[in-house]
Order: sequence, then C-alpha cells, then structure tokens
Amino acid sequence: MNIPSQITTLLAGIALTLVSFWYGQNHDLLPISASVESIRVDSLFNLMMTIGTGIFLLVMGILVYSAFKFRREPGDESDGPPVHGNIPLEILWTAIPAIMVLGISIYSFDIYNENGGADPMDHSMAHGKAHQQMASMPGSAMAGTLVAQADPNQQKAEVVNSDPTTAAIREDLPQKKDAPTLGVVSPKIGGAEPGAPEFVVNVAGMQYAWLFTYPGTDVVTGELHVPINQKVLVNITANDVIHAFWVPQFRLKQDAIPGRQTEVRFTPNRLGEYPLVCAELCGAYHGAMNTKVVVESAEDVQKWLQSQQVASAEGLSKAVATTPANMTETEYLAPYAKEVGISADTLKQLHSEHHSMS
Amino acid sequence: MTGSTLDSAKTVLNHHHDAEVVAAHGAEHQDFRLLGIIVFLVAEGMIFLGLFMAYLTFRSVATEWPPAGTPRLELLLPGINTAILVSSSFVIHKADTAIKKNDVKGLRLWFGITAAMGAVFLAGQLYEYFHLEFGLTTNLFASTFYVLTGFHGLHVLFGLVLMLGVLWRSLKPDHYNSKSHFGVEAAEIYWHFVDIVWVILFLMLYIL
Amino acid sequence: MNDREPLTFLMTQAAEYQEQANLVARGSEPDKNDWRKYFGFSTDHKVIGIQYLVTTFIFYLMGGVLATLVRTELATPASDFVSREVYNSLFTVHATVMIFLWIVPAGTGGFGNYLIPLMIGARDMAFPRLNAIAFWIIPPAGILLMSSFFVGAPGSGWTSYPPLSLMNGKAGELIWILSVLLLGTSSILAAVNFIVTIFKMRIPGMGLNQMPLFCWAMLATSFLALVATPVLAGAMILLSFDLIVGTNFFNPTGGGDPIVYQHMFWFYSHPAVYIMILPVFGMISEIVSVHSRKPIFGYKAIAYSSVAICGLGLIVWAHHMFTSGTPPWLRMFFMITSMIIAVPTGIKVFSWLATIWGGKLRLESPLLFAMGFISLFVIGGISGVMVASVPWDIHVHDTYFIVAHLHYVLFGGSVFGLYAAFYHWFPKMTGRMLNETWGKIHFALSYVGFNLAFMPMHKLGIEGMNRRIAEYDPKFAALNLLCTIGAYLLAVSTLPFLVNVCWSWVYGEKASDNPWRGLTLEWMTTSPPPVENFDADPVLATGPYDYGMGSRATEVNVAFSDASDPVLSAGPSSTLRAKPDPAVAASPSDRVGESHNR
Ligand code: HEA
Ligand code: HEA
Ligand code: CUA
Ligand SMILES: [Cu+2]
Repeated sequence: MNIPSQITTLLAGIALTLVSFWYGQNHDLLPISASVESIRVDSLFNLMMTIGTGIFLLVMGILVYSAFKFRREPGDESDGPPVHGNIPLEILWTAIPAIMVLGISIYSFDIYNENGGADPMDHSMAHGKAHQQMASMPGSAMAGTLVAQADPNQQKAEVVNSDPTTAAIREDLPQKKDAPTLGVVSPKIGGAEPGAPEFVVNVAGMQYAWLFTYPGTDVVTGELHVPINQKVLVNITANDVIHAFWVPQFRLKQDAIPGRQTEVRFTPNRLGEYPLVCAELCGAYHGAMNTKVVVESAEDVQKWLQSQQVASAEGLSKAVATTPANMTETEYLAPYAKEVGISADTLKQLHSEHHSMS
Repeated sequence: MTGSTLDSAKTVLNHHHDAEVVAAHGAEHQDFRLLGIIVFLVAEGMIFLGLFMAYLTFRSVATEWPPAGTPRLELLLPGINTAILVSSSFVIHKADTAIKKNDVKGLRLWFGITAAMGAVFLAGQLYEYFHLEFGLTTNLFASTFYVLTGFHGLHVLFGLVLMLGVLWRSLKPDHYNSKSHFGVEAAEIYWHFVDIVWVILFLMLYIL
Repeated sequence: MNDREPLTFLMTQAAEYQEQANLVARGSEPDKNDWRKYFGFSTDHKVIGIQYLVTTFIFYLMGGVLATLVRTELATPASDFVSREVYNSLFTVHATVMIFLWIVPAGTGGFGNYLIPLMIGARDMAFPRLNAIAFWIIPPAGILLMSSFFVGAPGSGWTSYPPLSLMNGKAGELIWILSVLLLGTSSILAAVNFIVTIFKMRIPGMGLNQMPLFCWAMLATSFLALVATPVLAGAMILLSFDLIVGTNFFNPTGGGDPIVYQHMFWFYSHPAVYIMILPVFGMISEIVSVHSRKPIFGYKAIAYSSVAICGLGLIVWAHHMFTSGTPPWLRMFFMITSMIIAVPTGIKVFSWLATIWGGKLRLESPLLFAMGFISLFVIGGISGVMVASVPWDIHVHDTYFIVAHLHYVLFGGSVFGLYAAFYHWFPKMTGRMLNETWGKIHFALSYVGFNLAFMPMHKLGIEGMNRRIAEYDPKFAALNLLCTIGAYLLAVSTLPFLVNVCWSWVYGEKASDNPWRGLTLEWMTTSPPPVENFDADPVLATGPYDYGMGSRATEVNVAFSDASDPVLSAGPSSTLRAKPDPAVAASPSDRVGESHNR
C-alpha cells in the first residue's frame, strides 16, 4: 500500500476526528426536544452522527483522493502493483467496525432501558383497579398475578375499558394473549422512572382520527393535553386498521394495533403545542390524521378538562345511552365531532368512503 | 498449492467439433436434475415452514385454542390416513430398488400401489372435509386447518400426477432402466417430502 | 512436448497470458446478434439475460414515471395533483415495480444469467428451459400489475399490511398478490438454476475459491431467494384467502392477527434487500478490480462476507417492526444482529477502497459509477445502522428518514451498481462500446440529481414528516420542493443513458473481445460470445484477479489441491464438484475424453 507519509496521514486522521466530533454536536437536524426521553435519544443520535460522519468522510476522502492521485496516465497500459491483501489491515477493519457497532448497540440498549423499553416487571397494573381489587381479596393474590402474567393484554383491555367513556369509543375486538415464546402482545415504550403518579390517558385510533379519553372524566377529545413534568401514560389501541402514535418532539412512537393494547409513557418537560402524527399508513386520509399534543401546567390541564367536561356531557350521555352497536360509526361519532375538531360532514364522508370500499 | 501446467496439446484435444456441440446442446445431465429437485424442495419446505410458524403463532397468542365452540377433531380416519401415507413411502422405495435391478414390472407394481395409496389418502381427506362440522371461515382454527391440509392435499395430488406420469412412461420399452431412471427418483423424493410434511402437519393439527 | 512452452511469450500483462491460454476456447466468430431471437422463447442464457435486462429496464422507466408523479404531488404541501387514493396507489406500484420488476430480476436474472455461465466457463445454465420459463413469467406479471390502474390499483404500500390491505379496493389488491406470487415463483426457479449451475458446472480447476466474486455473490443471493421467497408466498396465500373468501388470518375482527403477516412479510422482504444488493456487490468487486488494474484486495474476505451477510440477513427481519408488536428482548436481538451486518459489509467497502488505492484507475463510466456506488451506499448503510438502533428507530420509523435510507441503498446502491455493470459489460453483450462522454454526463447528472432528491429527506424525516402522505405540513415545503427538483433532474439523467445505449448498440465503436483487459472468463471469448460461449473448455491460466502478475509466466496460482481445505479447492476430493468424469479431471493433463456435463 502506498500510504503517504505518516505525518500527513496522522494529520488527516486528527482533522477527520475533529470534524466528526464537531458535526456530531452541531448538525442541526433534530427538532425541538420536549420530553425527558427525547434528550436521551438525541444524545444517542449525536453519537451515531459522529461515527457516521467519520466513516463517511473517510470513505469519501479515499475515493476523491484516489480519483485524482491514482488516475492512469494516458497511454499507460500496465497493471498496478499486485497486492492481494494484508491480513493485519483486514483484521483492523473488521475489528474496528465490530467494536463500533457493539458500542452503539450497548449504548442503544442503555437508552432503551432508561426510556423504559425493557422494563421486565412493569408496574403498568399498579394503577389498575382490577389488580388492586384482586390483590385485596384474601388468597387470590397468587391467582391474580398468575393471570396477570398469562394475559396482560386482556387485563389492560379490561382496565382501560372499566372507564365507561373509554369503553364507549373503543371497538370491542377480540384480544390477543401474551405468548412468552413468541412475543409480547402489548408492547410498551417510555418513562421508566418509578414512583411518581401517572397521568393516564386512553386513546383509540380510527380512520382518520385519534380519540382521547381521560379516565375518571367523561371527556372525549380529539387532541391530547398533558401536564408538564409529570409522567404520562397513554394506553393505545385501534378500532379498524393499524395506526401509529407519534410525537416527533418526544421522539416516541408506538403502533396502535387493533386487538392489542399498547402503551407509551413519557415525561414532557417543555410547555407548548406539538404535532401528534399518525405514522402508519391507514388509508387515503392517513396524511390528514394528525392533531396536537398540548403540554401545559397541571392546573391548566385540569381547567381544560373541566371545560371539556361541560361541553361534552350532553353529547356523551346520548352516545352512551344508545348502544353503539345499533348505530353506524358516523352517527355514533357525530356527538364528538366538534371536540375532535373534524366536522361531522367530514367524518361522514370519510367513513362512508371507507365502508363502501371494504 | 501446486501451479497448474497448461498443456496445449491436451487443450486442443478438448476442442469440441461443431457437430458434437450441437448434439450436446440442451441435453441435461441427470445428476443436475436430481439436485435441482432437491434444491427446489428446500423452497417448498420453506412455504410449509412459513405456514406452520404462522399456525403456531396464531395458536400461542389466541386466548383459547381451538377457539370456543370448535368441535373436536375425529382422530380415527386421519390416523388411518396417516398410516397409509407413511407406509406408502416404504412402498415407493421398493419401486426404486426394483428399477435399480432393471425390474420394470416391479417398478410398475410398486408405483401402482403407491399411487393407489395416495388416492385413498386423498379420498379419505375429502371424506373428512365433507363430514366436518366447521367450514373454511368458521374461525381461525378452521381456516388454518383447511388451508394447511388443503395445500398439502394439492401436493399429494401433484405427487399422484407425477407417479401416473412415470407409470405412463414406463410403458415405453427401456424408458427406465437401472442406469437411467431420473423420473422414478424424482417422484420418490417428492413423495417422501410430501410424507414428512404430512407427519408434521398431523402432529400439529390433530395431536398438539 | 514441453507443455509450458507456448506460454513463455514475452508477456507483461496477466490479461494477455490468460487470453493466450484460452485461444482454443475462444469462440470462432462473434455472435451475429440477430435482434429477432430476443423476442422469442430462447434457451440461450445470454439471450435470456438480455431479455431480462431490457424488460426490467422498461419497467424501471415505468416505476420512475410513477416516482416522478409522486414527487410532483409532493412539490406542494396540499394534496392537489392527484387524489389521495391515487397517490397511495402511485407509491405502492412504484415500489412494487422497482423492487420486484426491476432490481431483483435485473440483478439476478439479468446480469446473473448473462455472466454466471460465462464466468465459470460453462456453455449454459444447468436448466436452460427452466431458465426461459422463469423469464417469461415476468412480462405477464408486470403487465398484470400495471393494468391494475384500470380497476383501482393497490394502495396499501408495497408492504400491504392488513387489515388495511383487506379494506382497500379488492381487485387491485388481488392483482398485487397475484403478480407478487408470479414474480416470486420466477425468482425461486432462477435461484434453483443458479445454485445448481454454480455448484456443478464450473470448469475443471475452478474451485469455489477460484470463482470470480460475482459467482460467490450470486450463490449467496440465490440461497436467500430460495429460502426467503417461499415464506412470502405463504403470506400471500393467507392474505388472498382473507381477501377472497373472508377468512380471518390477519383480520382482528375475526380473531386474526395482523402482526403474523408482518413477520411473514419481512422474513422475506428483509432478505430481499440483500437479494437486491448482493449481486451488485459482486459486480462492483469485478469492476473495481479490472478498472484499477489491481488484484481485488482480500478475495476470501469479500467472498465469505457475502455468505455472512446471507446468513445474518435471515435473522434481522423484525427490525422493520420495532414499533409494532415486538417484545423488548426481541427488539434487542434484532437490533444487534442488524448492526452486525455492518461488519461484513464494511469488509467489502474497505476492500474495494484498498483495491482502488494505489491502482492505475481507468476513470471511465464503469469505475465512476462504481465509485459513486460506494460513496452513496455507505451513506445508506450508515443510516441503516442508525435505524437499527431501537430508540432511534422508534423516532424515525415510517418517516422520510426511512425513505432516504432505502433510496440511498436501493438507488445509490443497487441502481448505481447496475449502471456500472451496464457500462462494464455492454461491450461484451453487444460487441459495441458505449460512448464515454455521454456516460460521464449521465453519471454527473445522476449523482447530483440523486443527492438533491434524497439527501434532504433525512432532515424531513427527523423533523417530523411521516411517509406515505399526499399532504404535509407547510413547514416542510421548501425541502420537499428541493427533493422534487432533484427527482426531475434524476429523470432527465436517464435520457443520456437511453440515447447512448440505443445509439451505440447500432452505431457504436466496435468492441474487441477484451476491451478492459479483464481476466475473468467472459472476456476470453468473442464479443458477443457465440451460442454455447466457448469452443472448448476454457482454462484458468491466472486467477480471476491476478492483475500485475503477468510476468510469472510459468507459475500459476490455481489450487488444484489444497491440503488445508480440500473441500473448497478444485481438487479431486472436492465434494462440491460434479461426479467424477474423466473429461473433467481436476488437472487438464489428466483429462480423458469428452465431457457429458453440459
Ligand atoms: C438494497 C437494499 C438495502 C440494504 C442493503 C439495506 C441495508 C441495511 N438496512 Fe435497510 N432498508 C431497505 C433496504 C436496504 N437496507 C428498505 C427498502 C427499507 C424500507 C422498507 C420499507 O419500510 O418500505 C429498509 C429499512 C430498514 C430498517 C427499518 C426502518 C424502519 O422502517 O423503521 C432498518 C432497521 O434496522 C434497516 C437497517 C439496515 C441495515 C443495518 C443495513 C445494513 O446492511 C447496512 C450495512 C452497511 C454499512 C454500515 C455501510 C458500510 C460499512 C462500513 C463502511 C463499515 C463501518 C460502519 C459502521 C461501523 C457503522 N433498514
Ligand atoms: C429500487 C427501488 C427504487 C428506486 C430505483 C426508486 C426510485 C425513486 N423513488 Fe422510490 N421508493 C422505493 C423504491 C425505489 N424508488 C420504495 C421501496 C418505496 C417505499 C414505498 C412504500 O412506502 O410502500 C419508495 C417510495 C418513494 C417515495 C415516498 C413515497 C411516500 O412515502 O409517500 C418517494 C418520494 O419522493 C420516492 C421517489 C423516488 C424517485 C424520485 C425515484 C427516482 O430515482 C426515479 C428516477 C427514474 C426515472 C424518473 C425514470 C426515468 C424515466 C424517463 C426518462 C421517462 C420520462 C420521464 C418522465 C415522464 C417523468 N420513492
Ligand atoms: Cu392513521 Cu395513518
Ligand atoms: Cu431490513
């Protein structure tokens, strides 16, 4: 190998490292960070960006340099030096990427854990009435935990649906069961900090809207309000097709899957309004299925909930009184249409389209 | 490592005359075809494996399996069917042994018996279909049951066609002999494959 | 007679040495290249290869037109160019065409068919008729897919996730399933053919470790196609039952499970991305070595890394499902396996760079595209490693960051690589040289257009633009416009290539047998090669990449036996060779009689 003088190589290496480190911190690619979780994800991205920049510059540098330096002289028909390989060098460029990806893996694993992804014995049931009631009955504690292990998906569905408002907007789909060997049916991500009481919101995705309910209130809204600096738990499912709950500023996304209960937890730490986007193709109006999440003080959230309660009390009692099964989705959704921020006409149009096609 | 020595004289010897080139064109070596069949069966095996894994997943994430209200499957008829199919694998192997001894009559006999056994299997399966209390769309179990057994049944049917083809060709004098009997081997390998798949299928659907 | 005598010429070049040794094998005269045979059922692998290439390129243009329509819709934030339903169909069919009708069949069926028999010194593929059948499945399947626009094209993305795919237009979805099934069948048949051909039909003396690297790549590719495609077929069968007869395999309303479909789909579709890139890796190895006039750096490392990628590629599929129903430990498992693929891929990239380094670069279109390939693929690979990281993927999954990643690896990777291969092997295929100036223009326009079109998508995705949407937040308007301009430039960049190919095929400068002075066997016969390729079995006087070693006129580095690795050498104990046949004895000097092995 025709390596230029060692000093130049060294200097080039240092320059490359410096540029990578600088760019890894100053790439300006990320949107505002608005949750505790997003800070961690961002630091992971910055690390990967540093490594990525370095590798890219190295490869690009070699290519461009070679294109100028090693170009064939016109008329030179001879071959280059017969170098077949260089074992130490090959070991080097196998080992270094291996170490790098291992490092990234471990760091990712760490971030994932901190963000509550791999939390093995989760406390998602702690706030659930079902679990508490069972535990308080003598002798049934064992049975209770056993059941919980066997089928957390069903349990979550029950817990969530014990709130009548939530139950009213959720389609009653057959639930899946957790299978230890083949996969958890109710995946979760976010917010591992134990202790602090959670602000719980239930959401159902449907073509093409998110419907949020706040257990204990009879509020149904089309936008999400959460208190700042408090852990938020969002219980997600879908009524028709797969959707995905995504808040770019929180760096968190979770699919909403019909027949499964999923959840996402986060701790918002920045006041403001952020887009809440449906990220999974769900039909023609997939691109329009977004709303906003409002991060405000706990008092403001309560105030807002109260105002919504008054507004929706009437419509809701109507909806709950009549059995949803006997109504078309449009009729049944109409009372919420105002809060959801979609006019009843749009809803009707969307749903009739969707039904006529299926 | 030794260096090769290029022997120009012998290389010239290797030169094909045009006539030979034409004659050789299109003729396939037997070994290749057999290997081809085996490689292809890997792909076939993967379809079944994919379907099996789907079935096992459905089963393990369902709250109740088979879903409530599914009638129990009768074991007697499928059991007999399984026995027939499994033993047919031994029968077809006799045919292979026969043709390796140049015994075309034996080949016809054993192939005929195997084909008959396959036909009985298919008939048994159809009988079972018509007497089951659930239909294709009754529930998830019923659907997987019909699709898996049906897809396998199609393979049995194809195996039957292969065997009849071999029987037909064996009528031509010296079409198969101890040296050249690719069709026989192909049909046999295929039949063993169909058989193995059935055993797994039977264990999965009826026993497990 | 001293058998070394004819070879002790005054030779300075390995290429001359190899050519000299193969003078007898060289076809007596170039093929006449009668255009009519390309329109019929031919069993000649070269005709089939060209049929594949031309057919798939036509589909590429169609897929490109669809992409241009997609970009036109996205030029402005509002949904104003086509209806939302049509938009969904546009990108669905765009992706299906690009993947199933362009990259997969062009890389494997096209170049694979054309080159594999030539490179291993065979006269045809193992099963010529099967080969032709595999090709002839493609045009009807493609026409079927395109015709879906008349009945309401499929609109659930190329992933076609249920339950959505069960609710959109039934006819379109059914057509999609049918054409995917047909194309999958074609791909499996081709894979069977390649595996048997490569294992059984190499010339004597060519052990696995003397094969050109493209053969290794095709071996790995074919294995992936063989093992993975059937599972897709299984998914399609179940999906079509749901669609037609109303079973509930994937429909939650009836107790089915949509996630099972996702597993089956990605079990195929992740390996499929390596089916699309591995042949291109192989071609790049050939091109980089020839045009740098240097031996490929680290032959074995490159060869075995293809195998490693093939193995790893089968166990990473759930990285497409990090936000759906995947339990934590599986997320971690798939994250780590996905990332490890960077290691064998990196080995290839660095080996190519080392091959280029210090060479005597013939900086013409083939090498330009190959170097463009390396630079763009590395960007796509790095973003691939980023999305393999679970926390990051949870943020960018289903956004334009993914769209950027997939185009960097698929367009910047596969398409650039295929272009490099077109420029490199065009003289062999047609007996004419391509015009170099137009080639350079093509390269410059594609390189600039490509980066303009897809680089900004990274930022779009990170900032919050999800994919598969016809309308978007106006704050993304500026970057999207940039992408659209880049896409138009990319469309324009295709024109010089088209003109160049059409013109050169007829009027181009006549090409010699070996215009690049390559060492692999396809250059040892006429351009274009005659039917049956060689007049006699070619011999290996040099290894496939022994550039700069021509002066060693008497010693050739071909392993006829290898005590440490008898299985992989060409020696008599190799288990991978065809049955012992006196005509194909390991060493030419031991051979007796005519071979029946073809
Ligand atoms: C040719 C096609 C191709 C190729 C080769 C790849 C290569 C890789 N891909 Fe990609 N991928 C696609 C095509 C391809 N991909 C497509 C089409 C999709 C989208 C599907 C859809 O949803 O529609 C996708 C999506 C996709 C996802 C899912 C994203 C999501 O939907 O959320 C992931 C996640 O892990 C991923 C990862 C990878 C990785 C790790 C590689 C690796 O193989 C890359 C390895 C290469 C390198 C890393 C560069 C060279 C290496 C070095 C120079 C060494 C040093 C490097 C390091 C230390 C990092 N890809
Ligand atoms: C090999 C694969 C491949 C290739 C080559 C391309 C090529 C291109 N792709 Fe594609 N693309 C995919 C595979 C590929 N794509 C996949 C898998 C998806 C995901 C789909 C999904 O979500 O389901 C996707 C999705 C996708 C999207 C996202 C859609 C969405 O999510 O809403 C976009 C948007 O910009 C896009 C654009 C382009 C463009 C501009 C090109 C250009 O490079 C094309 C350039 C070529 C031409 C334009 C041809 C030249 C034609 C002529 C010279 C004729 C005259 C031209 C005109 C009349 C215009 N593609
Ligand atoms: Cu809901 Cu996309
Ligand atoms: Cu993948």
